[in-house]
This record gives sequence, C-alpha cells and structure tokens, in this order.
Amino acid sequence: MNDSSEKQSGLSVLDRPNSYIGKTVPRPNLGRLMQGRGQYVSDMVLPRMAHVVFLRSPYAHARILKIDATEAKAMPGVIAVVTGAELAKVITPWVGVLSHLKGLKSAPQHAIATDRACWQGEAVAAIVATGRALAEDAAELVSVDYEELVPVTDMRTALDPETPVIHPELGDNLAFERNLDAGAVDQAFKDSDEVVEAKFVFGRHTGVTLEPRAVLADWNSGEERLTVYLGTQAPHMVQNIAAMHLGLDEAQVRVVCKDVGGSFGIKVHIYADEMATLALSKLLRRPVKFVADRVESFNTDIHARDHVCKARIGVSKNGTINAFEIDDVTGIGPYSMYPRTSAIEANQVINLVGGPYTTQNYRARTRVVFQNKNVTCQYRGVGHPIACSITEGLVDLAAQRIGMDPIEIRRRNLIRDDAYPCGSPSGLKFEALSHHASLDKLIAMMNYDALRAEQAELRKRGIYRGIGIASFIEVTNPSAAFYGVGGARISSQDGVAVRLDATGRVICQTSITEQGQGSESLTAQIVGSVLGVSMGRVRVILGDTDNTPYGGGTWASRGAGIGGEAALQAAKVLRKNILDVAAAILQAKPHDLDIIDNAVVDVQGGQQRIELHELARVVYFRPDTLPPGFQPELMATRHFVPREYPFAFTNGIQASWLEVDTQAGFIKLLKHWVVEDCGTIINPQLVDEQIRGGVVQGLGAALYEHCIYDERGQLTNANMADYLVPMSGEMPDIDVGHIVSPTLDGELGAKGAGEAGTAAAAAAVTNAVNDALSPFNVTVTEIPLTPRVILTALGRI
Amino acid sequence: MTNPTPISLTVNGESVSAQVLPRLNLADFLREHLGLTGTHVGCEHGVCGACTVRVNGDIVRACLLLAVQAEDASVETIEGLSDSGEISDLQAAFQNRNALQCGYCTPGMLMAAQDILTHEPQADREQIREHLSGNYCRCTGYHAIVDAVEATARARSGQAR
Repeated sequence: MNDSSEKQSGLSVLDRPNSYIGKTVPRPNLGRLMQGRGQYVSDMVLPRMAHVVFLRSPYAHARILKIDATEAKAMPGVIAVVTGAELAKVITPWVGVLSHLKGLKSAPQHAIATDRACWQGEAVAAIVATGRALAEDAAELVSVDYEELVPVTDMRTALDPETPVIHPELGDNLAFERNLDAGAVDQAFKDSDEVVEAKFVFGRHTGVTLEPRAVLADWNSGEERLTVYLGTQAPHMVQNIAAMHLGLDEAQVRVVCKDVGGSFGIKVHIYADEMATLALSKLLRRPVKFVADRVESFNTDIHARDHVCKARIGVSKNGTINAFEIDDVTGIGPYSMYPRTSAIEANQVINLVGGPYTTQNYRARTRVVFQNKNVTCQYRGVGHPIACSITEGLVDLAAQRIGMDPIEIRRRNLIRDDAYPCGSPSGLKFEALSHHASLDKLIAMMNYDALRAEQAELRKRGIYRGIGIASFIEVTNPSAAFYGVGGARISSQDGVAVRLDATGRVICQTSITEQGQGSESLTAQIVGSVLGVSMGRVRVILGDTDNTPYGGGTWASRGAGIGGEAALQAAKVLRKNILDVAAAILQAKPHDLDIIDNAVVDVQGGQQRIELHELARVVYFRPDTLPPGFQPELMATRHFVPREYPFAFTNGIQASWLEVDTQAGFIKLLKHWVVEDCGTIINPQLVDEQIRGGVVQGLGAALYEHCIYDERGQLTNANMADYLVPMSGEMPDIDVGHIVSPTLDGELGAKGAGEAGTAAAAAAVTNAVNDALSPFNVTVTEIPLTPRVILTALGRI
Repeated sequence: MTNPTPISLTVNGESVSAQVLPRLNLADFLREHLGLTGTHVGCEHGVCGACTVRVNGDIVRACLLLAVQAEDASVETIEGLSDSGEISDLQAAFQNRNALQCGYCTPGMLMAAQDILTHEPQADREQIREHLSGNYCRCTGYHAIVDAVEATARARSGQAR
C-alpha cells in the first residue's frame, strides 16, 4: 500500500471504488459446467488413445506366484498385458517418508505389485486395449496364481509380537510414533476435582469424489515429452514426481488439470495406478487413459481417519480445565502414501487436541501402524475432526460431570480473544483468534436459551433432542513447515502472472488450482479490484505446468491466503506499470492517476483520461509514440509464501440440533450452525458454501460413512449402495456466520476456509447425541453414529 | 448377443442411428458414441444420479438403461436442455446461488430439479430435498441447491400468475 495515489485517496488496495473484495459475485466458470460443457479427464479422447484396466488382488495379503496372460494377449484389440516386474523396468518404486517426521518408515511401493499384493485392490497387472470394456473382458482371461498370506487387519493388535510383520525388512509394523509431554500433566490431574476418561473410535471413510480418479497420459516419442491430463490439486508436485520415477527431466513432463469432479484431498496424492498409466504410455508410445470405476475408487482412493484414541481430561469444580491426555493409534494400510505420507493425520491429531483452550498441560502419544488394508492419507480436515471430537467430547463430559452448561465451561477455558499472539502446548503459534466472539455470535444465531427451553419441553413428551457445541481451530495457509522441510518437493509458495492484453483485458496465470472452491473467481476478484478492471475482463488460467508460474496448488486451505496474496501483489505491480505508461502518454505524474472502471482517471476529480484498451493499443501497436527510452511492461509476476507464521490458524464454533429416535436408533438432523473466522473474506458466498460443503462432509462421517473391512481384510461395502453418503433428504439447512480477524502475514489478510466445516461437524453432532441421550445416562464416543451404535449404547440390542 | 445391433432414436431432437453392442448402457452410448459428455458417470449402478437424462419425458438413470432399450425413444440430455433454453432460469439461479462447485453432479442435478419444477411447481424445501435425494453432491452440502430450486419455483409461479 505504498502507492501515493492510494494514500491520497485514503483507500487501501482492497477497498478501492468498485472493489470486488468482500462482495458476492458469481463465479465466472459456472456456465460451461451447468451446460454439460466442462471438460473432465474422463471426457477426454486423444488420437490412438488406449485404455488401461488393472487386474487387482482379491486378497488383502498374497504372494504372486505366476501370472498367465497368454489368452488375454491373443484377444483382438488387446495391446498389452503388463506385469509389475515388467513395468518396473520403466518406473522406479517410491517410499513415502518425510525427514521431519522423525522415525517414519515405509517400504518401497511399486506402480504395480511385483511379487506380493499388500491390500485387496492393489494392482497386479495392467491390461491395455483399444476400449475399456474390451480391456475388462481381457482382464478376466488373465490368470494369477496367488499364495494367500496372513493379513494384518486389526490395528489394535498390529504391534503384538505374535502378529506377522507386513514388511519384514522394517522390523515391525510401527510406521511412526510421536510422544509429547508439555507442562505438568501428572500434577494437573492430581489437582483436578474430576478426571473423565473415554475411548473415542473413528471409522475409516473416504472421499467419494463424484468423478472417480482419472488420468490420461500421452508420451510423445517425437517430442520426448509426456503430457499428463490429470484431475489433481497439485500439478507441479505431480510433474516433479512423474519425472523423477520415469527417469525424465522435469521439463519433459507437462501436467494439465482441466475440470475436476471433486477432490477434497483425494486427488493430491501419487497413486500407484496413475503412475502405472504414465509408465504404460511411455512403454507403449501412445496415449493411455485410466478411469477408476466406483469399486476401484473405494478400494484404492485414499481412506482416512481409522483412529482409536483413549483420552482423559482433568477439571476443577469451578470449570477450569487442567489437562488433556491422549493415547492414539491409527492404521494406515501397508504403505505410507507418497509423497505426503500417512503420518500427517496422526501428527495433526497430536498438534490440535486441546488447541482452543488455555491449559498448557498436555500429554499425547500416537502410534501409526501398518495393516493389510487400503492406504490412508490426507483427506479434507486432516486430523481436525479427530482432534476436535476428542477435545470437545472430553470438554462436554467434564461439564456433565461437574454439572456445568457446555457453553459455560467453554467460556471459562477458551483462549481469551485479547491473549494473542500466543502458543499451544504442542507448539502451535496463534496470531489472532476469536473463540469468544465466535461463541457469542453462535449463541445469538441459534437462540441457545430458547432452544434449551424447547428441548426441555419436548423431553417431557418423550422426544429426545440434543444440542451439541464444538469449538475448533483450523490449520490454513501452510508454509514450507508442512512438507518442504521434510524434503518433499511440494511447493509452499504460489505465483501469479498478470498481463494487460492488446484490447485492455487482463489475463492472469496462477499456480493455484480449481476444483470448484472458486479459485478462478477469487483470483479475478482480487486482480480486478486492484487493477480497477471489471471482473468480466479478467481471464484466469490455471492447472497447466507449461503455462502457469510454479507453485503448490490448492490444498490445506491455502488457495485464497497464498495464491490470493500472490495475485494481489502481481496486480499491484501491473497497476503501477500501467500508471507509468499512462503518465508517459498523458504527460502526467503517475501518482496523480488512478484506474477505475477500465480507464485511467485523475485522482483529483475522477475525470477519465484514457481507457485501458486505448492505452494498450498505444503500447502494443504505436510504441513509437512513447517517449524515447521508455519501455512499458504490461506483465507482472509475483510469488508469495507466508513467512511470519508457519500456519495461519483460523477458528470457529459449530452447533448441532438434532433428534434421536431412541426406539429405532436413527438420528434426525434438524439444524446446524457455524461461526468461523477466516480473516479477510474475499467472496462471502464462496466462503459460506465452502463451510456448508465441509460441514456436510463432516456430517457424513458422523452418521453414515464407513469403509467396513472384515477380518480377512476384505472391504465389504465398496459401492455407493452399501457405503452411505449424505444425500439432500437427510441434510439440514446450515446457518453460517463470521468473525473477521485478518492475518497480518500478507496484505490481503485472508486465511483458509476449506476445512473448517469438516473440522467440527462430527464433534457437534456427537455432543448433541450425548446431550439428547443424557436422560438415559449413556455416552457415545464412536462414529459413524449408526442405529446399531445408538441402540447398543441404549442397551436395546 | 455380442454382435452390434442397429438402433434408431431421437437425441435432443436429432435423429440418431447407430450400431451398438447390446451390453452398452445409455450413458456410455451418449458419451462415447455421440460425444455428449455432459451426462456424467459416477457410480455406474444407479445410485448417484450423475447420469440422469430424460427419456420420453421421464428422468432415468442412463447407466441403468441399455442403449438398445432406447430404441425409438426421445432422449434429452443436459446439452439439449441448455441449447433449447428450457432451464436457463434454473441455471441462472444455480449460478447466482453458487449451487455448484466442481460441477460434476450438476447436469444430473439440473435434470432432477427441472423434473420437480415441472411436475410439482409448488414444492416446498422439504419436497425439493426429497426429490433431489437420489442425486449425490459432495461439494455443496445441498443447501444452496435447494435454495436455487426453490427460488426458481417461486419465480416461475410468480410469472404464471
């Protein structure tokens, strides 16, 4: 904000005339999606394109003795049948570890299993044919001799001495362990009037993106270049890793990301079958496409959660929370996922438990174990729903034990709004949070007292409704502290290039990606606002490693805060450059000029001096008329990464109002409220819809979603009829409110909002269920809260 | 039953004749033979609603219908409804309300929404939620979609008065 014209007008770069910041404007890219004219990878066709289908292990753990593809190879239309050993000549295996997660270990994972399948669904052979149905026919003709091995399925016994070790070379099934002991935990528990313990169980669930994972790889042997069309959140990460394992230079790989049918963290990882597709394209020297079917999605899209956590809280009769302690275990499948690893979620759980509260006494242990199930990794909310459910569950149990209202105990323990900056016992740094303001706003929005009165009235008539409250913090705007410091080539900075074209329109290339959150919109809003150009004249290009600056992409709630700041800074430079040109043309001083409504105007009086399209015409076609030696630069690029804080924490609070059918065990959601604080809000509607979508994903986990494995490691509900997801009929309306505490780590002040909804939804629902069931003196601490769980708790089954 | 079979039908008002394998479902026929990729495939077994199209005026799951079953039928897809302008107000309401994020469910969702707007123009929120409950959306949480459909219903009934 050093522009003198801004100083003169007294306006910041964000609240200039006609600013789009803080305004609800429609996203510019919706038309094509609504007309069926989007282009998802599954829609794409290239000349000579072949289709690959993977033959997958029916066993959770088995040695591959022999693969006979003779009959399949003879089928007309079959191009190749490729085994893991054959493909290993084209692509090297990987190990999903990060050096800052000390002790994390994993075994080499191949694109296709070479000698052993380690989960049901791991690919053991690739069948490439001219059509997908044909490839599926041929797959049925491939015969594989397996020797079934003992599967490790129960994470609670994975470390027992009698349990087989999945990767003998690793010594045991422990992938990672972290211990933390902060403050004086033993003394704090000793000083507590009450200590409440509980065991929290979190089922495995998965992302269920409506478009399954899909990739189209095109190795052009004439150019010695691989073009990868992939629905991904992180194109440059994929470029780097694809090159590394295919023995190519990064410059030989281009990753293009067009429309993406949902991601939520599912599409930010390196999947073995996608890597195999890239390798097959190189091997076969032609385009190869892989589109997962729904069964494959359930068996191979990363799963998440699957934690069992023993936890306790110490509390004084006056409501002071004295200490938290947790002992967590999670099963991650047979490999740590590449490259972000499968230890991050457990690590986040340790980081986040107790995060909203003042107590500095905190002890935690987590153990991350291997098992013969599908791999787990980062999915929307990463650790937050677990940490929040544990923390908020314990807080409610403590309140119940000492006979205090859940609101009151939070008032007495949430970190004060004037206490910042401050830190947590796990080492988190908080710049500015607003727990109390959020709580106050929530109580007003939901009319808490009236709801309590209604609840009491209904209870007399045998109707059991509950109110559940859950405060939370959310990790957003991650710096290199997340992955870069651990040695992963995952960029934490993002870049934006902005240019004024010859017709006075703006083209903007950004390294963040779009999966529906509104990346295009927020970029155009920021650039349009700073430049004084109508949003409709700003075109945003993203998702192409050949055509955008280098950057991280869209994950961990970073698009607005990091990519948005880069857009802001790039636009500021371009704005200055435009005013320099205008000053030269108009023989004025740059600081006497401004850009408003697509034209350069006088700061004083606002009189229009030259329209941008006319300025561009002069620059591009009549530069001879400009002063000698003056070289216009109508393109500017800037990059950004937060430097003051490793993460920009946000906070918020959610409430659920629901009814439990104590006879049938069903839960009816009646209403849900959220107050959150993501700092500067660029587009209120987009933020609200991120919150709502996130909440419903959390509600799915709370009530329905569960990857159910049997004792042999078979996923028993790998389809959308048996794996339940939230549908419109069961979901409530969701009211969203905001408190605004901008981050000062950047000029924009925006923090992330993508995961706040998911973070606390399940905690609010579980607390509401326990509130509803309080007359029965039962406590439920397991999700999903299926009728079986409810009726079991009630002793009815 | 593995030899190609001739079929003739109308798709978005255009006559179409093709040779298809009997096992080919309507969704794959629309996408792969006609290039109508607005009809999306999500679950491939009739649960998610992404492939919802209109056949002889009724909404159906294109993944549960074989192409050969559409013989002589009139099939309408999102491309047809968009080009004719039939749902332009509904699409505008979706845009204004940001009732889509990734957009993958949207063609099917618009099909299902237009169906209730046509047959139950006075539907309230709960009825709208019920009618759309066969269409899975992972992004929005449904609230915005219900708002957009409700707004369209109110606007249309206002115009009808």
